[in-house]
Order: sequence, then C-alpha cells, then structure tokens
Amino acid sequence: MTTTSSIRRGVRDAGPSGWLAVPALVFFLVFAVVPLLGVVFLSFTSWDGLREIKLSGLSSWTTVLTDPVTGNALLVTAKIMFFSFMVQAPISLLLGVFTAGGQKYRAALAVLYFLPLLLSSAAVAIAFKALLDPNFGLGAGLNLPILAQDWLGNSDLVLFVVVFVIAWQFVPFHTLIYQGGVRQIPTSLYEAAEIDGAGRFRQFLNITLPQLKYTIITSSTLMVVGSLAYFDLIFVLTAGGPGYSTRLLPLHMYLTGFKANDMGAASALGVILIVIGLALALLLQRLGGKNRNASQLEGA
Amino acid sequence: MKYQMKTRKLRTAVMAISAAALSVSLAACGSSGPAGSTSAGSGTATMWGLTGGNQPVLQKSIEAWNSAHSDKTIKLDFFANDAYKTKVRTAVGAGEGPTFIYGWGGGVLKSYVDAGQVEDLSDFIKENPKVKDRYLPSVLKNGELDGKTYALPNNNVQPVVLYYNKEVFNKVGAEAPKTWDELMALVPKFKEAGIAPFSLGGQSKWPDLMWLEYLVDRIGGPEVFANIAANKPDAWSDPAVVEALTKIQELVDAGGFVNGFSSIAADSSADQALLYTGKAAMILQGGWIYQGMKKDAGDFVTSGKLGFTTFPTVEGGKGDPANVVGNPSNFWSISSKATQEEKDAALEYVKDGMFTDANVQDLINSGAVPVVQGIESKLEASPDKEFLTYVYGMAKNAPDFTLSWDQALTPAQGDAMLTNLDQIFLKKITPEQFVSTMNATIGK
Repeated sequence: MTTTSSIRRGVRDAGPSGWLAVPALVFFLVFAVVPLLGVVFLSFTSWDGLREIKLSGLSSWTTVLTDPVTGNALLVTAKIMFFSFMVQAPISLLLGVFTAGGQKYRAALAVLYFLPLLLSSAAVAIAFKALLDPNFGLGAGLNLPILAQDWLGNSDLVLFVVVFVIAWQFVPFHTLIYQGGVRQIPTSLYEAAEIDGAGRFRQFLNITLPQLKYTIITSSTLMVVGSLAYFDLIFVLTAGGPGYSTRLLPLHMYLTGFKANDMGAASALGVILIVIGLALALLLQRLGGKNRNASQLEGA
Repeated sequence: MKYQMKTRKLRTAVMAISAAALSVSLAACGSSGPAGSTSAGSGTATMWGLTGGNQPVLQKSIEAWNSAHSDKTIKLDFFANDAYKTKVRTAVGAGEGPTFIYGWGGGVLKSYVDAGQVEDLSDFIKENPKVKDRYLPSVLKNGELDGKTYALPNNNVQPVVLYYNKEVFNKVGAEAPKTWDELMALVPKFKEAGIAPFSLGGQSKWPDLMWLEYLVDRIGGPEVFANIAANKPDAWSDPAVVEALTKIQELVDAGGFVNGFSSIAADSSADQALLYTGKAAMILQGGWIYQGMKKDAGDFVTSGKLGFTTFPTVEGGKGDPANVVGNPSNFWSISSKATQEEKDAALEYVKDGMFTDANVQDLINSGAVPVVQGIESKLEASPDKEFLTYVYGMAKNAPDFTLSWDQALTPAQGDAMLTNLDQIFLKKITPEQFVSTMNATIGK
C-alpha cells in the first residue's frame, strides 16, 4: 500500500506544472474570452460602428430573431454542414486508407491529392469563380455546353457548387488525418485477421473502422464545426448570393455588421454562432464515449 | 526532496517571467497598432484611393506632389471599390482611418459628419477662394451639408450612360433604343442572334440599382427619390417605384440580361468585358467604365465601335429625358482624428496638388471629365472628345443630377435596398414586397 501511494505522489509531482498552461491561457483570455464578452455586451446595444455605443436592451435580439434571413442563414448553414460532411467524410476516409498503403504510385498520387492544401481559400475561390463563369469560363472556353451552366448564379445549383469547392479544398486535409490514423494501426491485427480468413472488405470493416474511431471523431468535429466558420471561400465565390442562397450564418453576421453597419445585430448573430459551435463540439465529443483516454491500439 | 523543491521553484520563476514577458509583448501589440497606422513618419498624411480608371492618374499626382514636397509627403494605398467601402468605415470607426477619406457625398458623408469624424472645410475654402472657384458649382454642392463644406470634389463627373457595341448593332441591323418599348423590342432580336442584350454585374448589386434609378426618374421624375431621401413616411409607395420594378422584372423575364448575371462581379470588370468582346450588346454603367475599356480594350474604343447614349424615355413618364443619375464626382474629406501636421499636409495638397494643369490633362487623357471650369478647349483637343464632350454636356445641361441612391441614403437603408433589389432581379420577391420592406427602413 505504502509503495503505491508513494509512487502515486511521485507521479503527481513529476506531472506537468500548472504554470505550463499560463502562456496558452493568457492568449486564450486576451484573444478569445475578452472579445467574446465584448460581443455578448455589444449584442445588447445598438451601434453603427461610428457613433457612440448605445444600450438598447433586447432590440438587437428581437431584430435578429424575427428576421427571416436569420432563419434562412441557419438553414443554409445546416445544409452546407450536412452535405459537406456527407461528401467529405467518405471520400477522405477512403483516400486516407488508400494513401496509407506503402506502394510508390500511391505516394506519388498522395502528393498530388495534397496540392489543394497549399492554396489559400481566397485563391481557390477566385480560381473556381473564373473556371465556372458561364461566359468566359471552362464551359465557354472548351465549347462544352454542359459545363457552361450558370453554376454560381442559379439558386438551385449554387449550394452544391459551394459544397463541391469546399470539398475540393478540405478533402486533402482530412485525408491526411486519416492517413496518419491508418498508419498507426498495428499490422499484427491484419495479419491475425488474414490467418482467420478475413478478406479485404472484412478487414476494413472490422479492424480499420473501429481502430479509426477517434480519428473519425476528430475529423468529423473539424468538418462540422469548421463548416460554421466557412467564410472567406464563400464570400469571394458568391458573396452569399444569388439572393440569400449561400448566405450562411458567418457571412450573414459579417454582412450585417460591416455592410449594413448594424453591429448590435451582428454581435447577436455572433453569440448564436458561438453557442451552436460549442454545442456541436460537445455533442461530437459525447458521441465518442466517456472514456476519452482509452487506447485505441492493440491490447486496449 | 529539497532538490525537487528547488527545481520546482526555479520552474515557477521561469514560467512567471515568460508569462510576464508575453503579456508585455501583447500589450505592446495593442498599443503599437493605432500609433503605427495613423502616422507613418511625422507629417506624412495617408490616403486611400480606389483601383480602376483613376488609379494611375491619382498615383501620378501623388508621386509628383511627394517629389516636390519632401516635408509634406502623402502615403497612398489602393483598394477595390467594394472592399474599400467596408474597410474605410471600420477603420474610421476605430480611429485608424486615413487622413484623406475618399467618398461619394450623400448619406455616407452625413454619417461621418454626425459622428464628428471629418473636418469642416468651410473656413478653408473661404480663405482659399481659388479652390472654390475652380469647381463646377453644381458638383461642389454635393460636398455640403447644412451650408457647411465637408468634402471637396477630387476627380471627374460620372453619369450613368447606356453603352452599346456598334459592331453587334450593325450585325443585327438595330438602332440604339430611344424609348423603353424600343429597348424591349431589341431583346428578342439580339437573343435570336445569340447575343445577350444587356450585360450586368449583378453580384456587386449596385449595377442593378442604375436600372431602378433611371426608370424611376423617367417614370416619376426626380421628386420620387427626393422624397425617399428626405425620409418622408411611405415614400417608397410612389407608383413610379412599383412600375419601375415591374419593368425590370419584365426585362428579366424576356431574357434581357446576360446568362449568369447574378454571379458577375463588376469589380473584376467582367461586365464590361462582355460588351467589348461582343457577347453582350449593351450595358448600363457609370462613366468610369469608359476609362476601363480604353485601358483594357483600346482598339474597341479608338476604332469607334463603342456607342453611348442616354437612358431611353418611358411613355407617359414625367421625368425629363435630360435628367441624369450617377456620381457627380468623388470627394476628399479630411479626417478630424488626424494630427495637425497631417491635416496641414492634406490641405496643402488639396490647395496646390490637386487639379494642377498636368493633373487635369492626365484625367482627360484617361477618358474622364474633370469637375473643373474652363476645360472645354482641352476636351475638344482630346482624341476621346466625342465621349468627353458628350459627358460634359450631359452633366452640365442636366435639369437634375441625382446622386447614386446607395450613397445618398444612410448605409443601413442603402444596404437593405441593394439586397432587396437583388431579390427583384432574381424574381424572389414582388415589387409590392420590395416597397413594403423598404418603407420599413425609412428613418433608419
């Protein structure tokens, strides 16, 4: 008994000091918590960005909550989140498993797949805007009427075009995460499965997928919470249009704040955005089970 | 044990020091921002200009000024139109705006005046009558509010003009439209020939507005918008507004606008490119795109393929066909938050650096009409004299020159109007819905 407790104390003593967290904590306080409180405060004021800030009670909140554009922005955000996840998750999982293989040609392909990671969102958006232009773009250039659709001007099409461009940009990132995850799975598991007579598909289903549980949770959290922050790409690509078709919540917040100069309402939208983001992140963590520290490797 | 205590203490001390260093450097970040951006070197005034037609002219003017006045230099940066409008307002609100605030007059200028962000220049022009006398009085008026001058014109008159591609018109055998009915009759003609009747930079939204401005003026006269700008209750309910919006939707239905117009951004000049490449026959745009086309498609302009005319009349309309909408000019306001040195340098430039003979000639050479008096002979001598004298006459003889609505109204009203007008062009709302939504913004 005494030995265990002394070992325990020893472990605690050798553990990282709380001071290690200070630099990160200061950063977090100054750049996250303080602005956050500022936004909450601003949401109860009316301010045009130039004149004095006036307290106005709940008026910004009633404006925001009764505005049909807010509801629409939430819906657009949810749609983009859902479709982005449905498109990106399977593709990056499969690509990750594929590129994790050691073969030379796979390594070469992996390099190509990861190219979009090097480009900034604004550059990606400008390039796609030019390619998708119905009059000067790819379709008109190659004389292919099927490609000369009004991709970004058609309210029914534009959402899927946006989801496609987002996927083009972010699939490589998630592929990288999965690739790393797959490479960590001990080969002995596959060897044992092979002896037991499991085929490729069976191995993928019963070994790869369960072993990737936490990788899947990490990647999904990034995808889902990340789609709450899509801004630059969509702002450059469509500016939220046509009409309100791609005006998702962060964009709605920006346009309310900096185009309509209603900082009170924009702050209220910011608070909504934060609440949704936190709720989603917590939910996804919960889905992963309570025991966050359990090893996902062999022998766990 | 003792040893452990020691290391722990040491570690604590190191952490505390680094944390302190970090917070000091953070504090330094916080305070260096405003100081750094408002005065880059003592006495240096800052200026933000717009990319596009006047960019090289302004650049040249500032370079000439700086080389002659090393003690009163001006630091110039350029921004794209839409990005500038957002950036400057945020910067001015944060007390980090440039010394020279580029503007359009109207409601946006008023919001700066109300917030005490721009200098009253009334005394300055009283002391320097030469400055006042060089301008066309009708243009100078747009920088005044309640009898005081807050902004001085800085470039050229920019009426909205109906441009057309003469080559395409000859091919189809059409004439420039003089009435709205003629305009509508041209639509199927061009569509049959596989040419878009009108180009439009719909993603930028403000080009949409030019259609509404002219139609309302032709149908109901300038009083309709004057009432709206004066915040009279239900001013948007004037029947001229509904009729104009209905006409716009009829034109959309007839396929009058180029395929994909709602995703074309005017800042990238893609809308003008459609005109000079012959993919579109006409475009309703500001006087500034003449400069753009002269630069991007010189042949098209010099070989006389570019036609221009006034907006057609509407049958039974009350508005004078000579009325003009657009921007009388752009303006410089001087930031009241600038240091005295910066203000002095800025006013000195306004007095002696702007509209020098060389600057006026550069503006004319770029295809623009400067807002100064006594330039008729210079315009006559220009290779672009056909367009320049046309614009000059248009601006000078207009019974009414209405400022672009999005600039005349307050920013909140202007933004609501542009978003809802976008919905009209997309046929997502009816003219009646537009009117009731806009009536709710009166006084905001």
